[in-house]
Amino acid sequence: MSAQDLAADNKAPAATGPGKFARWLNKDGWKRLVTGAPYLWLLVFFLAPFFIVAVISVSAAAYSIPPFTMPASWAALTENVATNFGYLIDDALYYTGYLNSLKIAANSTVLCLLIGYPMAYGIARSSGATRNILLLLIILPFWTSFLLRIYAWMGLLGNNGTINNVLVWLGIINEPIPMMNTEFAVYVGIVYSYLPFMILPLYANLERLDTTLNEAAMDLGSRPFRTFVDITLPLSLPGIIAGSMLVFIPATGEYVIPALLGRADSPMIGRVLFDEFFLNRDWPVASAVAVVLLFLLVVPIMIFNHYNAKAEGVE
Amino acid sequence: MAENSDTKTDPVFIRIENVTKKFGSFTAVDNVSLDIGRGELFALLGGSGCGKTTLLRMLAGFEAPTSGRIMIDGQDMTGVAPFDRPVNMMFQSYALFPHMSVEKNVGYGLKHENMTDAQRKDRVRELLDMVQLTQFAARKPHQLSGGQRQRVALARALAKSPKVLLLDEPLGALDKKLREQTQFELMNIQDRLGITFIVVTHDQEEAMTLADRIAIMDRGVIRQVGTPTDIYEFPNSRFTADFIGSINLFDGTVAAIKAGKARITAPAAGCALEADTRYGLSTGDKVSVAVRPEKITISRGKPRSTAVNAVQGEVLDLGYFGKDSLYRVKLASGALVRVSKVNDQRLSEADRQVDWEDKVWLSWDARSAIVLPEERP
Repeated sequence: MSAQDLAADNKAPAATGPGKFARWLNKDGWKRLVTGAPYLWLLVFFLAPFFIVAVISVSAAAYSIPPFTMPASWAALTENVATNFGYLIDDALYYTGYLNSLKIAANSTVLCLLIGYPMAYGIARSSGATRNILLLLIILPFWTSFLLRIYAWMGLLGNNGTINNVLVWLGIINEPIPMMNTEFAVYVGIVYSYLPFMILPLYANLERLDTTLNEAAMDLGSRPFRTFVDITLPLSLPGIIAGSMLVFIPATGEYVIPALLGRADSPMIGRVLFDEFFLNRDWPVASAVAVVLLFLLVVPIMIFNHYNAKAEGVE
Repeated sequence: MAENSDTKTDPVFIRIENVTKKFGSFTAVDNVSLDIGRGELFALLGGSGCGKTTLLRMLAGFEAPTSGRIMIDGQDMTGVAPFDRPVNMMFQSYALFPHMSVEKNVGYGLKHENMTDAQRKDRVRELLDMVQLTQFAARKPHQLSGGQRQRVALARALAKSPKVLLLDEPLGALDKKLREQTQFELMNIQDRLGITFIVVTHDQEEAMTLADRIAIMDRGVIRQVGTPTDIYEFPNSRFTADFIGSINLFDGTVAAIKAGKARITAPAAGCALEADTRYGLSTGDKVSVAVRPEKITISRGKPRSTAVNAVQGEVLDLGYFGKDSLYRVKLASGALVRVSKVNDQRLSEADRQVDWEDKVWLSWDARSAIVLPEERP
């Protein structure tokens, strides 16, 4: 806004002019309202709940409703922190849960990338009508409930499931291969469920890439593979990072897939969290688990944002 | 055709033989044959969709001819991939790698050359010196101006010392002032390196100043090949005459032919016309007489001889462009003739010799007019 505009604003007579709020709106109120909305959303639905969880994580467990008592003094608070978070270190259940989750999420992310990249590349390079159909096929599974699709995998992977039955019927195997309640089943479930979240951002990125850059590289003597490594791959890095974050972050905290398809003896952290809240009813320790998980996930998000800002600087 | 007038040591360095390219049912390039000499600066000129870019892409190897073949330096290029051709291209939008510095961009093609790191560095230095971008070596393309990017693209395309450099609208993205300056830089570099340049452009002025020879393309076909002078002064068809510069055309019939000059009756002109002819014509042929606007003299007084090439009309429009003025003169037949006159004297508006609605005489020399055969559809 220029100085003249501001001067004109100041001169507007309050008695005859519109109300104070209306004037604020006309000045730059609308802009602030619109840009403020996401922040309000984050405040109400993210920051406030996190604050509550954080408070519970420094409370003491109690037989009451709700099942905790808030610390009354600084000394009580530090003691509660030591107790609740100390649990996470002392009991192998928790840190193996975290490690297990991080391992499974990381491996799933790599698998999604390996499967998703060629698919996204193929879609981005296909022509108009084909491309729309392929994109539709990627989004199609979302039209069925997520839970139903996981149940369907139970039907496919079980000892009497479709896959084993077909293999036995074909005579390829004599005994059914145990696939349900294994890590393998968890990987199948996670990769299957999160693959679209890898493909879509990758597609959006690859589709924008200027193919004349590839031609330029070929013209300068690069064979197709070299061209891919030198040009396409580095330029699609923002898409790779976006897709990986979209898979890795929710996969780390995944509860449903390991609960339905996985083993009970090496739970992922989502399962641990659930048990702590609803079976043990130890809200403070459960909250401590959640707080630590959050920090484990915030770090990758920050890396992601860092790269995103850098990538935007290039364009 | 004066095809061999300007070629240097090797008149057929690049030979395009009956090349046709079809995309589905659309014929982009239609049975084109063309020889380009070593060290020549050759321009493919034409409007959009005339096939010039397709022809260039076939030379680079990005498209394969549907039929016909391309030879470069005696080597058949059929089936040779772009990365194996002794040809480099400067792309229309430059296609600089956005994630690489200027230095890396220029050195990219050298990665595949058999040379040491030090040699590679020296070569990049040398190229950056040539295009005066040494101090920008570490910059990324988005940190450069349009003109600087153009020079990076040129340096990158020249890095491997190709036998042929293909330039797709090399000056298209530059503003007018910069374009003029860059034009001469390009010509200097081409002259110094002796590399054959093939430039694709839609800008006739660019083609005229840059090129040793020009091929005019239209709907996949080459209409005329020649030096800029050939093309401008001796167009071979109404199409090229009309495409390059502006021209006045009078349709008529050949009445008599005498000593290389044709006498033509053209009802629109309202007088007998006489013009040079380069083509075998006979009496009764339907032709067009073409006269460029700057070759017509405009005056209020009667010219010395009014027997041929002298018509009367009224000034309908007058455009003053500073160094010259453009008149649109309406003849008795209703035909409009464009005449341009260099303002070689300093005159105020009041002193203007020819003004709006003046009755004027238009006259021209028989050698300045050219007879064009009727267009074959």
